[in-house]
Formats: sequence, structure tokens, C-alpha cells
Amino acid sequence: MEKLSGGDMLIRALQDEGVEYVFGYPGGAVLHIYDALFKQNRIQHVLVRHEQAATHMADGYARSTGRPGVVFVTSGPGATNAVTGIATAYMDSIPMVVLSGQVQSHLIGTDSFQETDMVGISRPVVKHSFLVRSASELPETIKKAFFIATSGRPGPVVIDVPKDVTSPTELYDYDYPETVSMRSYSPATKGHTGQVKKAIKMLMSCERPMIYSGGGVVQGNAATQLTEMTRMLGFPITNTLMGLGAYPGTDKQFLGMLGMHGTFEANNAMHHCDLLLAIGARFDDRITNTVSKFCPYAEIIHIDIDPASISKTVNADVPIVGPVDAVLDEMNRLLAPEIAKRSDNQKSLLAEWWEQIEGWRRQDCLKVLRDEGDTKIKPQEAVQALYKATKGDAYVTSDVGQHQMFAALYYPFDEGRKWINSGGLGTMGFGLPAAMGAQIAHPDDLVVCITGEGSIQMNIQELSTCSQYGLPIKIVNLNNGSLGMVKQWQDMIYEGRHSHSYMESLPDFVKLVESYGHVGFKVETIDELEPVLNEAMAIRNKLVFVDVLVDPSEHVYPMLVAPNGSMRDMWLRKGVRT
Amino acid sequence: MRRIISVLMENEAGALSRVIGLFAQRNYNIETLTVAPTEDETLSRLTLTTFASDEQVEQITKQLNKLIEVVKLVDLTEGDHIERELMLIKVKATGAQRAEMKRTADIFRGQIIDVTQNAYTIQLAGTSDKLDAFLRAIPEASVMEVVRSGVSGLSRGEKVLST
Ligand SMILES: Cc1ncc(C[n+]2csc(CCOP(=O)(O)OP(=O)(O)O)c2C)c(N)n1
Ligand SMILES: [Mg+2]
Repeated sequence: MEKLSGGDMLIRALQDEGVEYVFGYPGGAVLHIYDALFKQNRIQHVLVRHEQAATHMADGYARSTGRPGVVFVTSGPGATNAVTGIATAYMDSIPMVVLSGQVQSHLIGTDSFQETDMVGISRPVVKHSFLVRSASELPETIKKAFFIATSGRPGPVVIDVPKDVTSPTELYDYDYPETVSMRSYSPATKGHTGQVKKAIKMLMSCERPMIYSGGGVVQGNAATQLTEMTRMLGFPITNTLMGLGAYPGTDKQFLGMLGMHGTFEANNAMHHCDLLLAIGARFDDRITNTVSKFCPYAEIIHIDIDPASISKTVNADVPIVGPVDAVLDEMNRLLAPEIAKRSDNQKSLLAEWWEQIEGWRRQDCLKVLRDEGDTKIKPQEAVQALYKATKGDAYVTSDVGQHQMFAALYYPFDEGRKWINSGGLGTMGFGLPAAMGAQIAHPDDLVVCITGEGSIQMNIQELSTCSQYGLPIKIVNLNNGSLGMVKQWQDMIYEGRHSHSYMESLPDFVKLVESYGHVGFKVETIDELEPVLNEAMAIRNKLVFVDVLVDPSEHVYPMLVAPNGSMRDMWLRKGVRT
Repeated sequence: MRRIISVLMENEAGALSRVIGLFAQRNYNIETLTVAPTEDETLSRLTLTTFASDEQVEQITKQLNKLIEVVKLVDLTEGDHIERELMLIKVKATGAQRAEMKRTADIFRGQIIDVTQNAYTIQLAGTSDKLDAFLRAIPEASVMEVVRSGVSGLSRGEKVLST
């Protein structure tokens, strides 16, 4: 058997796992690993400027490909810097393996230099974690980590590696296991057929159906199955913020996003439906509004890989635990003959329901209103113009705030994995590094980061990494000169007291990006918008930053009325509610 | 409602902290907790008591099951079960109190396991209620120190929790 040092073994195991990229930053505790990395060229390492960005890059890589993202950080500050990105991945169920250096085994617990209890500090935000005790454990631990991160409900896994474990002086037998099995971990591989049949009966006998699907369909690679089912049934469908693209956003059956900033038609259809088919979605509080008023007329079928997501906040009448792709495959098989037998009465009931929905749709809740002679750019229009300039075909990442909601509402996605945002944790600073990860995974595709002047400054140092690796991403900064989403809440709830929600000292973004060797544009009026965006998107080999000065007074609407509102209670415009 | 949840888990470093962490993180309470390796030394058996509604206990068991190191678990309070807790109690035992204390201990089937001129240490096993009752039965002022093991338990009959 081959003999390798711990450090070499670690790198070899990643190679054997098929890892192509590692996002990381070196330091004392990982020097042996970095030396092993230096001696090979199968795995490419991307040197970031801050460890948080490494985790978001790995995350963007994972979201855009479905393959796990891999991160190296050193002990202590390297590890703690990674925590926000790990938590971000955890909340959105993204497969990721983070290898953190740890001080030497004999120093653990002595408050030694750059020691921090990484397993402890990350515990609430990982799917699982390992502290490696000896180099001989490395191959199996790494295999397990990847298996856990990518199977069942995916999530981040931390492997904490004490420095002595990777020492170059001691050699061990290397043998990478092909599979691992754990008696305590066996995610479901198919749904319960009895439950599936019950669900089919309900789908064929309801009057006002609604399909509500989430990030689980994107991450579970079931967009095709979902689309097939929805088309076959002819039912209305909505996607969560995390699920956008799983069903084509430009299709007529799609009612738009639902929830806090969901469309009038999607939220109303949720409220009035008599059967809710929830797929890979978790009834988040940003969806349901007041739980006791959620879907008052509906029976609920809930398909999810994670049993703990079922009946957590909203009771499911028919729970189906299983991987969404396998469950939907089975349902589609059983549904086809049933749909062929659908009675005229059933068909006309569905048509009536659609009529009601079309009535809501005629509200045209996303219509952009502008005053005669106003030359200011509305942020919604900026997203619409970007959609045109990219032919609706870009990978789009976003940060967190108003711009995120405008992106979600005004850029319809026709495919899963094209829309990448931090929905669960809502991490400002996610957008740029996530775009970098997506661009590295898809070097020939257009990757755009829609951001705000607040969020972009939370990881702006990565412009330097973009120079180093020649990443031609496009950054569209919807610059409203304020922490817009915070300001919106202050306008609506705190009588316009803008407590610390604006910044007086923004940089000149054009000069800033130019200093890194990138291209910058600034757009201030509506007639410049389309030409500049077209020009920017046409520059394929360079990073382009477009600073779009948008109307700072815009709010995101619709917006659910809280507290105590149901899903049909919405603000539609400033001062106008249902 | 009071629940007794019994968990079979990998006997590995970190497993216990994950269980405890889960309870803290998700705002569930832990009343008592005991843990020790089983006859199979790769496994530990952890028993905890908590107060939870039906919905809460469903979430607790689902979340516990999600922990990679948890092999199996059961809510013992769902069925017929046996529960025991051990209490060691050091009491003042002087003069007339000495005989009285012994009599009370006998009634509760307690054993005096350490004796000095002025004090007894009594060992008592039983349900938590019984241990509480003993504490109420002796004069409060006589209690010097109490240590309780927390509840452990298993199902009645032939039902077992195993891999
Ligand atoms: C790391 C982090 N800190 C704070 C917040 C709270 N927060 C949510 S949106 C927002 C404002 C974002 O401002 P900007 O990026 O300019 O976007 P805008 O809303 O103006 O479009 C803030 C501060 C957050 N989501 N993440
Ligand atoms: Mg802003």
C-alpha cells in the first residue's frame, strides 16, 4: 500500500473525491497542507482576501453546480472568519466541506496561539463536524464528510485538523474508501408509496390547487420533474425566494414568488387554495405571515427530504419524506393515467380557479410607476434592463436588501441554479464572492452580481481576488445611497426615523474598481441605463462594475402586512393596502 | 408534559455536546440528564427528561434523529416504562433525630451507607416523585447535601432499544 504523510493524504483524498477547486487562505496551522497542495496540480486553489469570502465562493460554486464547495482556513481567526459563510450554507442546505487547521493536538485546550474551539463554535451551524485525532483517520473522515455534506438534506461539514496530523515526517498507509456507511445515518431514498397514492387522490379531487416549491427542488435536482408535473396538472405554481427557476419564471402557470415580498396573485392563491402541494419548501416565517391565518382552507401535502421540516410550523395532512426527484418521478408516473381520466366537472372547476387567479393577476402588482419627466432610474427598471441585456440567461447572485427583492421579482429565471442568494441567513456580503464561485465553475457563462452599496462593501476586498484570477463577473450596484431595506422598515414602522441607515462616505466605485484593474461605469439617468448595461455585458473578458444611481425613495412592494396579517393582507404601494 | 427521552448514540467525543447544544439552540429545556456507555462500548445511552407538548416532543425527536451520531431514540413516556433515579443525601443525625432519620429512611427503603457521629449519608433509588417525597418527609433543616443522578429508564416488557 502507498505510504503518505497526513498532509499529502489530505490532498490526495480530495483529489480522489473529485475536488477541482479549493477556496482558502493559509496560516500556521495549515502550512503542511499548503505545502502538500504546492506539490500537485490537480486541485486548483483560489486565494481569497478574507475567509468569509472563501466560504461564500465555495457556496456559489456549490449552488451553481450541485457539487460540494471546499474551503481551507487556518486555526483561530481563519476559522472564525469562516463561520458566517458556514452558517449561510447551513441555512440554505448547501453542500460544503470546510477543512480548518487546528493547533497541535498536545496544545489543544491550553489557550495556545491561534487556538479556537472550531468544532464548538461551528456546531450549531453545521450538518456535522469532525476533529481528526490521527492521520490514519483522514481518508475515512474525508469520505464521510463528503458523503454527509452531499446526501439527504445537504449542508456544510467541518473537519478540524490539528497541525501534527498533517506532519510531513510520519507516513501512513493511504487507501481512499469507495463508500462509507454509518449505522446512524441513512437518508431516505424514496417516498412512502401509500402516502404518494393518497396525495395523488387529493390532487385529482381538489378544486383550488396550488403548488408551492422551494430551494429543495433546486438543490434536489428535481426542476425537470416539477415542471413536468405542474404542466401535466395544469395547476398554478409559486416558488420561494430559494426556489426561483425550478419552474420556468416566464411560464403562464407561474404566479411569481410568494411570501413577504411575493406577488399579489401568488399570495392570494396561497390564501384561497383548498389544496396546497408543498415541495422542498419549509414554511419559513417569511412565507407564512401569521401561522394561524396561513392557508385557512387548504389541506396540505408536504414533500421533503428532511422529516424535521415537516409539520414544524404548519401541520401537514399528508407528509411524504423522501428525495424530491424520486418522489416526483413516482408521482408523475402515477398521475399521467389519472389526468387522462379527468372529468369535465373537474376541468371546469380548475378553469374557474384560474379565472379567479387571472383577476388577481390583472392587479399588475409589479408595474413600475414613474412620474412624467422624472429621469431617475427606478431600481426595478434597472433589473428589467439587466434582464434584457443578459437575455435572461445569466447566473445572477445577489446580496441582501431591497436590490435582492427587486432582482427576485423582476428577473424571471427559467432554470434552477441560475439564481443564487442567501435566503435563510440573509448575509450581506454574499453576492460578490458567490458570483466568483459561480464564475469559476462556469468560466464561459455570464455571471452577474446584483448588489447594493451597503452589501458590496462587506466583501469588496475580493475585487483583488477577481484581478488575480481574471474573473470577468459583472457587478450591478443598485446604489440608493442607503441601507434601503432598513430604511424602508423605518419609513413604514418608525415614522421615517432613519436611524443609521445611510452612509455619507461612499467611495467613487468607478475609481475604486479601476484601481484593481477592472472596468467601471456610472449611470444616473434612465436613458443611459440600457445602453450602458448592454455595453457592460458585452465586455466578456473583464470584470465590469456598473454603479447605477437609483431612486432612493423606492420601496419593495408588495409587502405582507405584519403583525397579525394573513397572506392576502398586503401593502401594494406606499400607503395603499388590501 | 414531562417526557423521558432515551437516546442510543455513538460513544464518541463530541456526541454529547451536540445533543446538549441542540437543546440550548432550539430552546428546549432539559430537566435531568444521565449518560454512560452501554454493554457495547461503541454506544452510549443517554436519558433526559424534559417538559414538552406533543408538537414539541415531535420536533425534539426529529431533530435528535438528525444528529449524525444518534443511532436510535425513544420517548419512553409514550408507553409503559420503568424509571429510576438515584439520590445520595447527607443529613444531620444527632440525638433523637438519629433514630427518627433511620426510621424514615427505612420506610422509603433507603440505605444508610455512611455514618459519622453527627451525620448519615442515605442512598435512595426510585421514581423522582418518591425521592421528592422523601425530601418532604424529613426536616428541612437536617439536610446538609443532596446529589441526584437524574432519571434513567427503559420500556416495560420485552421491548428494547438497540441497533
Ligand atoms: C451582515 C448583515 N448585517 C446586517 C443585515 C441587515 N440588513 C438587511 S438589508 C440591509 C441593508 C442593505 O443595504 P444595501 O446593500 O445598500 O441594499 P439595499 O437595501 O439598499 O438595496 C441590512 C443592513 C444583514 N442582512 N446582513
Ligand atoms: Mg443601498
